[in-house]
Amino acid sequence: MSAAGHPRDVVIVGASLAGLRAAETLRAEGFTGNLTLVGAEQHAPYDRPPLSKRFLTGQPPAADTALPVPDGLRACWRLGQAAVRLDPYSRIVTLADGTGLPYDGLLIATGAAARSGAAPGEPGPEQGVFTLRGRDDATALRAALTPGRKLLVVGAGFLGGEVAAAGRALGLDVTLVEAGSVPLVRAVGAEVGAFVRTLHREAGIDLRTGTTVAAYRAGPDGRLTGARLTDGRTVAADVAVLALGAVPATGWLAGSGIEAAGGVRTDSRLRALFPDGSAVPGVVAAGDAARVPQPLAGGAAPALGHWSGAVEQGAAAARTLLRGEAAPVFAEVPSFWSDVHGVRLRSVGLPALADTVKVHECDREARRLEVSYHLHGRLVGALTIGRTSRLAAYRRTLAECRP
Amino acid sequence: MQITVDLDLCESHGSCVFAAPEIFSFDDDDHLLYEAAPDDGLRADAEKAAASCPVRAITVAAP
Repeated sequence: MSAAGHPRDVVIVGASLAGLRAAETLRAEGFTGNLTLVGAEQHAPYDRPPLSKRFLTGQPPAADTALPVPDGLRACWRLGQAAVRLDPYSRIVTLADGTGLPYDGLLIATGAAARSGAAPGEPGPEQGVFTLRGRDDATALRAALTPGRKLLVVGAGFLGGEVAAAGRALGLDVTLVEAGSVPLVRAVGAEVGAFVRTLHREAGIDLRTGTTVAAYRAGPDGRLTGARLTDGRTVAADVAVLALGAVPATGWLAGSGIEAAGGVRTDSRLRALFPDGSAVPGVVAAGDAARVPQPLAGGAAPALGHWSGAVEQGAAAARTLLRGEAAPVFAEVPSFWSDVHGVRLRSVGLPALADTVKVHECDREARRLEVSYHLHGRLVGALTIGRTSRLAAYRRTLAECRP
Repeated sequence: MQITVDLDLCESHGSCVFAAPEIFSFDDDDHLLYEAAPDDGLRADAEKAAASCPVRAITVAAP
């Protein structure tokens, strides 16, 4: 330990948004020790939200999704090297090439991976079946989305909806398949789902709910030609995108003893936990790889995967590395957005918790919607379309009224 | 303290309104309004707003 109790060697595993924001915060708050950022991808940090939006449709400024790395970060970058093992007792992270990185402060920010749902031997990108998580995925998908082709999107969640909308904007015939009765029902409820369903249909998307893919069909060359659905109908398709959700990328922590199933469980200062609930010395977690206690959920720690969570938790985890128990407790109100068919869904809180949804405004003509979410009569979230101005008040209430 | 917002970049995400409501607000049509020279006491909020902007439209500078 150096002066002020700061660690000497900080390793950040994950060179994306959460990891970069943690690195920036460490330096901004006076950390002078060695800083190493490990990234599984070759790319320098880049931003993911555009990948399912303007990166696909190619409207400027499309190509540049790079996140700016500030001068003075003085970091050692280990890009293209996945971490494969953590020994929290001898405090060493091992990389794919066998390099061992000792640390006295470690941030786990390895993000999440696309849930493929594909069985081994099922078609992949070469055959026209894609998932979308990283920039390489998006680059490959963009090349496949040429006008006149037929796109099948499996899963009408936020990502699936955005990809379907992008495909439509690019002039493809789009079929969107959703296992639920309406899109987004588990995330934000049937009211918002019905609103979005209308947007999809108005845009000319063939939305099929209550069904999913039973089997893909390929031509003699192995390329995708379509799919048979579980309701017995068939869909013709040249390109398919599986948008079935994301899973925290914590497989490399197997054997470390850290509780990492479904994301690294943390305490309220982002410290990683052992299964017995004790903190792993010197280890914090942030972003999509972490499950952070949410005051709105009574302290339960769901995996959320929001952009703003990566920003806020990256900074908060860095403060815990520097200040330990003196660092502030993490209590940011979750928020997310999604852009489809030229409208913005914007949300604060945890809508998925709700037992009651109240619709305050629903104007399909003007494309405006305002709903609030309640659990046992208490506000737990809100969502708007075209009414972001209404959310600040909800957020204030959510931040103030903690159980 | 001087706040600059590149309104060509701004997409009205509202993250700045959440982070620093004394500096940033929306009108009814989600157009951004902001205080260009707020009190220095709001610097931490202003920096949080800049950091939380998804399109990095906000710059915070000393006066």
